[in-house]
Order: sequence, then structure tokens, then C-alpha cells
Amino acid sequence: MTISQAGSYPSSKGIKISTVDTKEVLCGTALIKRGFAHMQKHGVIMDVTNVEQAQIAEDAGAVAVMVLDKLPYDVRHAGGVARTASVKVIQSILDSVSIPIMAKCRIGHSSEASILEEIGVDMVDESEVLSPADENRHIWKWNYTTPFVNGAKNLGEALRRIEEGAAMIRTKGEPGTGDVSQAVAHIRMVNNEIKKIKGIYDNNDDQELIRISREIQSSFEIVKETGKLGRLPVVNFAAGGISTPADAALLMKLGCDGIFVGSGIFKAEDPLERAKAVVIATTYFDDPKTVLEAQKMIDEKKSMLGLDTKNLDLKMQERGPTI
Amino acid sequence: MNNELLIGVLGLQGDIEENIKATTNALKEMNLKGKVLSVRYPEEIMKIDGLIIPGGESTVMGLLIAIKNGLLDAITKILQEGLPVMGTCAGMIVLAKKSYDKIVGNKRQLLLGVLDIEVERNSFGRQYDSFESKLNISGIGNDYKGIFIRAPTVISVGPQVEILSKFDEKIVAVKQENIIGTSFHPELSGDYRMHRLFIQLVTNWKDANKGHQNF
Repeated sequence: MTISQAGSYPSSKGIKISTVDTKEVLCGTALIKRGFAHMQKHGVIMDVTNVEQAQIAEDAGAVAVMVLDKLPYDVRHAGGVARTASVKVIQSILDSVSIPIMAKCRIGHSSEASILEEIGVDMVDESEVLSPADENRHIWKWNYTTPFVNGAKNLGEALRRIEEGAAMIRTKGEPGTGDVSQAVAHIRMVNNEIKKIKGIYDNNDDQELIRISREIQSSFEIVKETGKLGRLPVVNFAAGGISTPADAALLMKLGCDGIFVGSGIFKAEDPLERAKAVVIATTYFDDPKTVLEAQKMIDEKKSMLGLDTKNLDLKMQERGPTI
Repeated sequence: MNNELLIGVLGLQGDIEENIKATTNALKEMNLKGKVLSVRYPEEIMKIDGLIIPGGESTVMGLLIAIKNGLLDAITKILQEGLPVMGTCAGMIVLAKKSYDKIVGNKRQLLLGVLDIEVERNSFGRQYDSFESKLNISGIGNDYKGIFIRAPTVISVGPQVEILSKFDEKIVAVKQENIIGTSFHPELSGDYRMHRLFIQLVTNWKDANKGHQNF
């Protein structure tokens, strides 16, 4: 099988079984959910807050759009509580673009997630960009037929989210800052941890794998499977602070499967050109000539100014349950 | 003269690596020598004996084909030469003559137009309705695991098109001479019979045409 089943929970409520012409039809299996995430690979998923932005994203070559009420940069400035987007806005985007539509819900807010599933979004992002609704538990994502994506800043977080049912992982980074340093730190961390585990797996040292799984608070089974695969069992995207084609290329080079861009596009003054340029740089990340062509399409004077990640009032990456 | 097959997977967006792996495994099962690689440049396209257009988003692949200098011309040229090509899911849409989206209707998108079919995108609905089920595929059997992810289906076919499989009365796999299109993802099923069917076309084509310039 091309798609790993590691950490999956076969008796989950999210699996719907029906019959067509005497044949069993299964919806919401780990394969179908993770398979959806695999279709996003090498693509760019763009944050949008209305139909106009969704249209621009689609025209620019976004592989999917992520609907939220306010862009992460604006969430920081508005303060208060950030919740899932208006049903009306999500519905209008569902009615107008043909690419997949994702939407964010609050961490642990299983009702917001159910609403998003009922409206018909293609993937739910249980996101630290919104105010967490539960400080102890994330959503048990196996209860849903719709796949989920979660953020992670290290391997333990990523594997815990996968064991809860996440079909896709993204780095947390520090959203809305226009600074990629945190996303880079998070993907490096995950990569280094996997490399270490792979070495231990190759040495057949189960005792050490058990010790590490306790240390990173994940199950031995999924840690071992990750060591065997030499990568996460699900698709892993970069997110948090990406603003330019060069940023996208940098994170692809570090081994990400694709890119999320949040405030970077619609907080810039040249969103359509920039969106196209980020798409090109993501596909041709390993070809400096083409990345240069993409970078030429944008003007640094039109990039979002950004925020210093060291002096933030709110560190989104640190929100939510620690386990 | 090099007998080793060179198969390209269009490397712009989507499940490129999964198709490379499935094709490599299919070659092994058939005891054939060959290389499978991701192709993104006109000069790479001109060297291959067969092309796979993977799953992903058809609008994105269309845009990226149009944007790279010479890429569309190179793909058009090899398709005109009759080089075997297989499109899985989004790949089938890109090959089709006509397409529309079930939910939002007509969308401007680049289609290569070589496969004489009209496709309905998102034909079974959105991701919530994506599914896996056993399929009956002619020439393969009735036990093929079909993986449908926001899958398109074929609404109408031209006279040259052979229907390989239907599911719930919808056409989900077609063949037109050297072109194969599937609604589902054979690269994700772990069953390489669909990729083997394609490799057989590549082998036949190479034997008949003495291969491309890759010797």
C-alpha cells in the first residue's frame, strides 16, 4: 500500500458503509482521508476570508483554499476571541470555486467541526490560529468522515495528532508574522527526530524506541512505524509566516510536501501575482532559475511588513493542550 | 538501441511519487527493465516512452503546463505521435476534450483535449462522499479496489472510446487507442494491474516505433 495506515483506528465512527450494486462502499476510511491529503502534494493552500479572495486563489493555481474569518495577521490585531468563519461565507465559497475548500475550527471544538462537516467542507483545520476551546483535549477526529489537518512543532505533537485521526500535518510556524523562521525550526525539528528514530529502527533497538515514544508521549506502534517509513505516516505541509516565492522554495527544500500561505498573500499589495509566483516556486523549488523567475513576479516593497516573532504578545504555536 | 523503458510522471502537482512507485512495482511484476521519473521540462518530455498524468488538482496542473515555456508544445507533440499516456483522476480531466464541475458548472481550465470524452468533475460529490469499493474492470477482473477521491466521471464518450469500467452506472475507466483514463487512483490501491495495462501499451508502442530518441 502506498499510503501508510499507521496509527489508524479501524472501528472509527467516521467510517460510513453503504452498498451499491451488491458492492460494499466505504467512506471516511484512513485511506480515503489520507489519500485526499496526498492529492494536495506539491501544491499551495491559500487562506481566504471571502469569495473574491477564493476566486483569486483559484485563478492563481491554489490547490485548495482555507476559509477563516480573519487572516492570522488580523486575528493578532483584532484581539478578542477568534472563532470559525460565518456559515454564509463558507457556503458562498463552496458555491463558487471548484478546488477543495478547507475551513478552520477551534482546537477541541467538536461542534464547530461538526458544523463544518455538515456544510460540506473538504477538510477541517483544527487550528491554533483560532482561540482554543479546550485546554485539555483536541478533537477525536476518528468520529468524522471529513479529514482533518493539525499543526505540529515537533514529532511528538505530529504523532499524537495522527493518532487522534489527523490525515495531514502542517508545521505550526508563527502565523500572521510574515516570518518563516518558526516554520523552518519546526520542520527541522520533525526531520531530525525522524532521522534519529529511523537509525534506531534500523538497529532493531525496540527498547530505545519504547523509551523515545514515552519521552515524546506517543505510542510505541506509531513511533516504530515512523522509523520504518523514515517519514511521517501522513502528508506534511509547511505553514506559518510564508510570504514570498523564495520562502515557499526554502520550505519545500527542507522536505515539506506542500505549502500553506496565510496572511502572506492577501496582506501583500500584489496578491494575484504573488499567489501565482508562490505556486510556481513550490513546483520548481529545486530549480533556482525558475524560482528566480517566480521571485521576479513580486515586488518586495509590496510584501507584508511582518512582525518580529521574538516580541509577540500572542504566540499562537504555544496555544492549546500540551498533550 | 536501448530496450529499457523510460516512463515519465508529469511532475507538476499531485501524487507524483505514488505513481512513480506504482509504475516501478508494476515493471518489477512484469519482469521488465525500465526507469520511472518525474518530468517537468520539455526536453525531459521528449525522451520518454510513456507519460502518466497523476492525481491532484486539474486546474493547477493545467495552469502549470501553460506557464512553463515549451511544455504544452512538447506534451502536445508526443500525444500527436501516439505515445501512450495514462491519466488518473485529475490526469484524466487534463486529457479530456470537455469538462464541467458538478457543483459550480463551467470553469476555465486548460485541457489537452486528446481523449474524446466529456467529464463531470466532483461527480460523486465533495470529500465527504469520497469512497473505496470493488470495481469490475474489463481485462483486469471484478476485484479491483477503486479509490475515488472527489472523483470525476465520464459523461459521454466519442466513437473511438472503449469503456473499461462503470460504477453505479457511471463510466469510471476508459481507453482510446494508447490513452487510458481512470476516475479512481490505481496508484493508491497497492494493486498494480492498471499500471501494468498501461506499461503493456508502452511496450507495444516502443516495439512498433523503435522507441523515442533515448538510445
